[in-house]
Amino acid sequence: MQILVNGKRLTTDANSLDDLCRALGFTDAKIATAVNGAFVAATARARTPLTEADEIEIVAPRQGG
Amino acid sequence: MLELYGSEFSSRMLLGTAGYASPDLLRQAVEASGAEIVTVSLRRESARAKTGQGFWGLIEELGRQVLPNTAGCRSAKEAITTAQMARELFGTNWIKLEVIANDDTLQPDVFGLVEAATELNADGFDVLPYTTEDLSVAERLAAAGCEVLMPWGSPIGSARGLANKTALKTLRAYFPDTPLIVDAGLGVPSHAAEVMELGYDGVLLNTAVAKAGNPVAMARGFARAIEGGRLAYEAGIVEPRDMATPSTPIAGTPFFKIDNAS
Repeated sequence: MQILVNGKRLTTDANSLDDLCRALGFTDAKIATAVNGAFVAATARARTPLTEADEIEIVAPRQGG
Repeated sequence: MLELYGSEFSSRMLLGTAGYASPDLLRQAVEASGAEIVTVSLRRESARAKTGQGFWGLIEELGRQVLPNTAGCRSAKEAITTAQMARELFGTNWIKLEVIANDDTLQPDVFGLVEAATELNADGFDVLPYTTEDLSVAERLAAAGCEVLMPWGSPIGSARGLANKTALKTLRAYFPDTPLIVDAGLGVPSHAAEVMELGYDGVLLNTAVAKAGNPVAMARGFARAIEGGRLAYEAGIVEPRDMATPSTPIAGTPFFKIDNAS
């Protein structure tokens, strides 16, 4: 299926948000996630399914003012 | 001591972590400033670069109270989701709430700000809202559960100091018991001293230090000015007058003639 990750189009066959994060290389990484504008807790990623055209945000700590 | 949401701090300087030439310079500037609270943000993470992972290590090393921001958020919804992600990532309920109305002025969208503050305070966040000097907005933020207010001095990164000192005085008068922190637009230590002389509880700045020629020295300068301003406020400041009042008593000065004293 085609989804958007951090604003970029991606093709994936990941079944869940957790699968997607692992497939992208984020296993055990310090990240947080949102799907279609809503926060998805780390503990909920494995039971969060992905749907065509979903918009995923994967964020990490950064400098800020 | 500065008290915010039940925690006490000796330093009244809050420092931002953006825009330093290197992580090491950031570390040195934070140390030189004596700041016990640092702001941070969230950014999209690339699986290749993994930039955030390194920064997280630095943040842990600094050992300060972390204040995540919702920079870049243009709506209450974006700010709320960002805050929730920040809470999980940084392990704190503290959030510097920014809902931005315009890319040129980076001014707060006060309507979105109040909406987001209402929901976040209800959800257990400790909200520190970046707001304007508008008293009615401040009142709505307080009614929405904000126990700290952070009005701007002038636009973010503009280094112009206090654009509306009168309004800041008004906020101090209307919120005598609420911690008030001026956030944004400061350029030089004297701006920070001015804020503290008004009786404000703290100052938040980033650009003035990070983009200074020598950020470490500037951080030190700001720290001293903030202390100086606070000492002045606590010491009781002399009222300004239009006419002169001699500091040396006139009677008994050489050549004194009573006719001269009129």
